[in-house]
Amino acid sequence: MIFVRKLGEAALVALRRTGQMGLFLAKAFIYAMTPPLKFSQILNQIRFIGFQSTFVILLTGAFSGMVLGLQGYYTLNRFGSAALLGPMVALSLIRELGPVLSALMVTGRAGSAMTAEIGIMRITEQIDAIELIGVNPFRYLIVPKLLAGIIALPLLTAIFDVVGIFGGYLIGGKLLGVGKGTYFGEMANYVDMEDVLGGIYKSLSFGVLITWICCYKGYHAGFGAEGVSKATTQAVVLSSVLILFWDYIMTSLLF
Amino acid sequence: MIKVEDIYKKFDGLEVLRGTSFEVAKGEILALIGVSGHGKSVILKHVVGLIKPDRGRIYIDGKNISNLPRDELEDLRSRFGFLFQGGALFSSLTVFDNVAFPLREKTKWNDQKIRERVLTVLDQVGLKGAEDRYPAQLSGGMIKRTALARALVRDPEIMLFDEPTTGLDPVIAHTILDLIKSIHESLRFTGIIVSHELSRVFQIAHKVAMLHGGKIWALGSPDEIISSEDPIVKQFITGSTEGPIRYH
Repeated sequence: MIFVRKLGEAALVALRRTGQMGLFLAKAFIYAMTPPLKFSQILNQIRFIGFQSTFVILLTGAFSGMVLGLQGYYTLNRFGSAALLGPMVALSLIRELGPVLSALMVTGRAGSAMTAEIGIMRITEQIDAIELIGVNPFRYLIVPKLLAGIIALPLLTAIFDVVGIFGGYLIGGKLLGVGKGTYFGEMANYVDMEDVLGGIYKSLSFGVLITWICCYKGYHAGFGAEGVSKATTQAVVLSSVLILFWDYIMTSLLF
Repeated sequence: MIKVEDIYKKFDGLEVLRGTSFEVAKGEILALIGVSGHGKSVILKHVVGLIKPDRGRIYIDGKNISNLPRDELEDLRSRFGFLFQGGALFSSLTVFDNVAFPLREKTKWNDQKIRERVLTVLDQVGLKGAEDRYPAQLSGGMIKRTALARALVRDPEIMLFDEPTTGLDPVIAHTILDLIKSIHESLRFTGIIVSHELSRVFQIAHKVAMLHGGKIWALGSPDEIISSEDPIVKQFITGSTEGPIRYH
């Protein structure tokens, strides 16, 4: 009986938290769609989430493409289809790996920092101070991050894809001998606009997802340094899991 | 001007406020005293609408703030100044930007006018020359003075001070309380001050309220409180370890 009660209580808590998170996102979107917007804050956040993540995206993009080039070549070569290496690398990157890995990298680099920043502001009463000055903390803190995430993620994903495709060519073309014309020509034949758009839609939704989860966790951080560290860990874990879950849902709907 | 009427508040099943009521008239300063952790800061946060009571009402100029819509509450808050216990300075902004923040966000003043006003207030709190420092580079006293400057920069009608001298050495603590007194003489704000610096606070306050057991246990002029024969008030004022107040 106690077990059933505890299970019911846990389910109610989970339901309430999910509802709170949903309301948090709805509130952020409502404020994002109604002026005034803090343009300087949005630009600052694009610099933080986007520009400052470029290096890690370049690195991971290049290595992902190189691995795909290597593995793809050996696999395709077994079936005498090494000429299809370009489309294989491009489709893998554009449809799946580009959006997903970019989102995971941004979660680790910018999402965790976002949670820690907002969490520290919460426990040191800085958010209360913003509110008491008569400034809406959602407009000042959350909306710029949400919009910056929506803008920055597709751009970072595009960089990841392009660098990855060239990384794949570096290995498949320069090292393993697939011709430049074959690699890029076949890619042009097989990659459709639908693939590119699918990748963009995914990265847009990941931009929302990361900023939503990371801001929510920071905004509702518990007490003290432990509360912030717990919130940061939860934000990274939950964002990462939801990115993979949402990726599956999007893939099954889009392609 | 401020009327707190029979408010109740529970946190995680723990009842902190149990029917707290008091009033502060325009231009008057109320000292809110009582044992640490018994809800004094919670009352201040109720007064500015940061926390909503489970029951009861809070009136500012006759307007019940417990059910005000967000935009009206934001307007009302522009009449408040709040000095937080830990300062609550924005860690990513310099002293100047912290003090300028309310003016940039809530007025249409140009940069020159903002600069003049910020420098005047910083001078008033003795922080001239510290404009470019970040909160992490400030001492405890400087943090409190910067927070005071930020709270005062818009000439608020109502000032709430949450332990403005906690953690400061006696000289700085007295300097800050003297500063509050002199600013009150020029601005005539209505205020509530939560502090354990009883002797100094009693010189500033017009009325003293002691919170005990979630209620206002004693309310009167500083002289009345000092001469109170109530064992709880007496024990608290004298700081005696013997008496009805027990620490667990």
